[in-house]
Amino acid sequence: MRLVSLLFGAIVWVAGALPAPAFIAYVSNEKSNSVSLIDTDKWAVIKTIKVGQRPRGIEFTRDGKFVLVAVGDDDTIEMIDTTTQQVVDKLPSGPDPELFVQDAAGKILYVANENDNTVTIIDIERRARIGDVQVGVEPEGMAISPDGKILINTSETTNMAHFIDTASRQIVANVLVDARPRFAEFKRDNSELWVSSEIGGTVSVIEPTRHEVITKIEFAIPGMRKEAIQPVGISITADARTAFVALGPANRVAVVDAASHKVTKYLLVGQRVWHMAFTPDEKYLLVTNGVSNDVSVIDVAALKVIKTIQVGELPWGITIAKQ
Amino acid sequence: MFRLLLGMICFSALSTAPLAAAPVEIGIGYLSRAGTRPALSLVEQPAKNDGVAGAHLAIEDNNTTGKFLNQHFTLEESRLNNADDAATAAVALADRGAGFIIADLPADALLKAADAVRDRGTVVFNAGAVDDRLREQDCRANVIHTAPTRSMLADGLAQYLVWKQWKRWLLVLGSHENDKLFAEALRRAAARFGAKIVQERVFEDNGGARRTDSGVTLIQRQMPVFTQGAPAYDVLVAADESEVFASYLPYRTWDPRPVAGSAGLVPTSWDAAHDQWGAIQLQNRFVSLNSRRMTALDMQAWTAARMIGEAASRVSSPDRKAVMDFLKGPEFSIAAFKGQRLTLRDWNLQLRQPILLADGRMVVSVSPQEGFLHQLSELDTLGVDRPESRCKLQ
Repeated sequence: MRLVSLLFGAIVWVAGALPAPAFIAYVSNEKSNSVSLIDTDKWAVIKTIKVGQRPRGIEFTRDGKFVLVAVGDDDTIEMIDTTTQQVVDKLPSGPDPELFVQDAAGKILYVANENDNTVTIIDIERRARIGDVQVGVEPEGMAISPDGKILINTSETTNMAHFIDTASRQIVANVLVDARPRFAEFKRDNSELWVSSEIGGTVSVIEPTRHEVITKIEFAIPGMRKEAIQPVGISITADARTAFVALGPANRVAVVDAASHKVTKYLLVGQRVWHMAFTPDEKYLLVTNGVSNDVSVIDVAALKVIKTIQVGELPWGITIAKQ
Repeated sequence: MFRLLLGMICFSALSTAPLAAAPVEIGIGYLSRAGTRPALSLVEQPAKNDGVAGAHLAIEDNNTTGKFLNQHFTLEESRLNNADDAATAAVALADRGAGFIIADLPADALLKAADAVRDRGTVVFNAGAVDDRLREQDCRANVIHTAPTRSMLADGLAQYLVWKQWKRWLLVLGSHENDKLFAEALRRAAARFGAKIVQERVFEDNGGARRTDSGVTLIQRQMPVFTQGAPAYDVLVAADESEVFASYLPYRTWDPRPVAGSAGLVPTSWDAAHDQWGAIQLQNRFVSLNSRRMTALDMQAWTAARMIGEAASRVSSPDRKAVMDFLKGPEFSIAAFKGQRLTLRDWNLQLRQPILLADGRMVVSVSPQEGFLHQLSELDTLGVDRPESRCKLQ
C-alpha cells in the first residue's frame, strides 16, 4: 500500500514537472515500408507500424482520428487509426501517390499522382474517387489556400505551380518557377505562397491573387557547392514571421525571416533533409533526414538543434498532432 | 545590400491564364543514320527507334507543359542511308521548319550537318557522338552536346575504381579507331586520378560473326588464354566501343578479376536500372510509351528535346536566338533525374552531368565520387576542364 501511494506520488510529481503536452509524431520511412511513432515527451520512438510499399506523404486527418500515408508503390493511401495505431483502411488514390492535402473541413483529399499527370480528388468518408484534374508532368507539391478556394499543385518536370479553383476544379493560373518544384506552403493569412525548387535551388514567393512571383529566396552556404543546395520541405510559423526550409543534401535547414525573405541562419541537421512539421504549440520543429535515417528536433525559439532521434530507413514525411 | 541583390535577381515571373489562341509551333528535327549498331549481347541489341524514342517522350513532356503556355512542339525524323549526305538532310529539315536539330551522327557527319545550317541560325544538339574533338579543336558555336564525352565516361569510371582501391589496371583495347580513342581517354583518366596501367593488350578484330551456334565453347577457350600471363592487376579495363570482345571477358579472365569499361562495370549517361532522384517516373513514362526500357541514347535525346522545351518556356518564345541565348546564359539549368541540376560548360557547350556506373542489372555508383573536388563544379572533375580546353567557339 505504501508502495502504491509512493508510486502514485511519483507519477503526480512527474506529470507536474512536465509543462509541455506530449504529442505523437508519425514519420514515414520510405525504404523500411514503416511508420515510426515518436513521443515528443520522451523524444523516443515508441512504436513502429508496418505499412505498404514506399511510404512518403503523411498527414493527420483534420479530426485527428486517422493518419493518412501515401504508399506510392502500392498505388494507394493507407489509413492508420490513431487509437489502435494500426492500418485499418485505404483510399483509392490513383497510381503512385506522393503528397496530398485536405480541405478545411477534412472531407476532401487532393492527391498528386506522379505517374499520370493528374491530381485525384477523393471523398475521405466515402473512400471514393470523385474527380481528377489534369496538370503538368510529375505532379508533386500540394497546398490549399487558407480560405479553401484555391488548390495548388506543383509539377516537377513542367516546373509550374498550378492554381486550381476548388469549386470548379479548373486550372485558373499557372506560374512558372525554378526547376523541379517539390513543395508548396501558404502563409496563414493567404498573403504569400512559397514554392521550393529542388534542382533550381530556390524558393519562389508568389503573390497568390495576382499569380506573380514577387521574389526568389536564394541560399548560399560557405564551402557548400551550389548544386548540393536543394530546397524541399517548408514550414512557416502561424504568425508568419519565421519560415524554415529544408535544403536536402546540403544537410541544413535554412531559417528565413518570412517578412523580409532574408535567410538569417542555417541549422545543421542530418543528411538529405526532406520534410518537417511543428509540434502544435510550435515550440519544436521536427525534420526528417533521409540518408542518416534520423529526425532532428529544432527548438523554434532558440533556433537550435536539440536532439536527434533514430527512426527507420530513409525517413521522408512527418506529421504531428496532439494525443 | 539585400535590396541591391534583390534588384539584381532576374525574375521569370511568368504567369499565364488558360489560353484559347492557336499555339505557337516549335519544330524540332531528329537526324540519324538508318540501321542500328550491332552489339555482342542480344539483350543490348539497340531498338530501331533507339534515341528518337527519348526525343518523342520529351516532346510529350514539353507539350504537357506547352498546353499551359500555348506552345506546341513537333518532332520530324530524318534517317540517312549510307549514301545520303548529312548536310543535305540537315538543310532539308531546316527548310521544313526545324529551328533545332537533334543529331545522332558520327563526328564528321555531325560537323557537316552543323556547318550546313549554321548561317540560318539552326541549333544542333549532339545526342550521340562521344568524341572529345567535337568539344575541343572541332567545337562549333551552334552545337550543344548532351552526350557525354569519352573522357567524361573514362573519368567517371576511374574515380570509382580509384575510390575502390583498384588502381592497377590491365587495359585491353580493340583495334578500331573509336576503341583507340576510348583507350586514350582511359589512359588520361588513369594518369589524372592515380591509377596505373600495368599492361596494354590489343584485341584484333579479324572479322567474323558476332552470333554463332557454338560460340560459347570457342570463347571459353579464347578469353582465358588471351588474358593469361598479365602482371599483377586489380581490374581489367576494356576499351571496345566496336562491340567485338569486351562482353566476352567477365568470368573468363585467366585471373579472377572484375571487368570494367566496355563491359562489366560500364560508365554511361543513363541506365534502364536507374531509379534514384525521381528517375523511376521518367522510366515508367518511357516504358508505357515505347514498350521497352530506356537507353543512354534515348536519355541524351530526351535531354536535348527537354532543354529546348525548358528554354522556350522560360523565354516564352519559339525564337531560336532567344532560346540559344537562354541556354548559353547563367540562368539555364535542366533537371534530368541525376540528383543535381545540369548546366552547360560555356566554353564548349557540353552539358555537365554525373556519370552512372552500371553492371547491366543495377546502378552500382554515380560519379563524381566523394572527395574529388573542384573549385567551381564537381561535375568538372569529369572530362576536359576549361583550362585544358582547346575549344574556341565560333
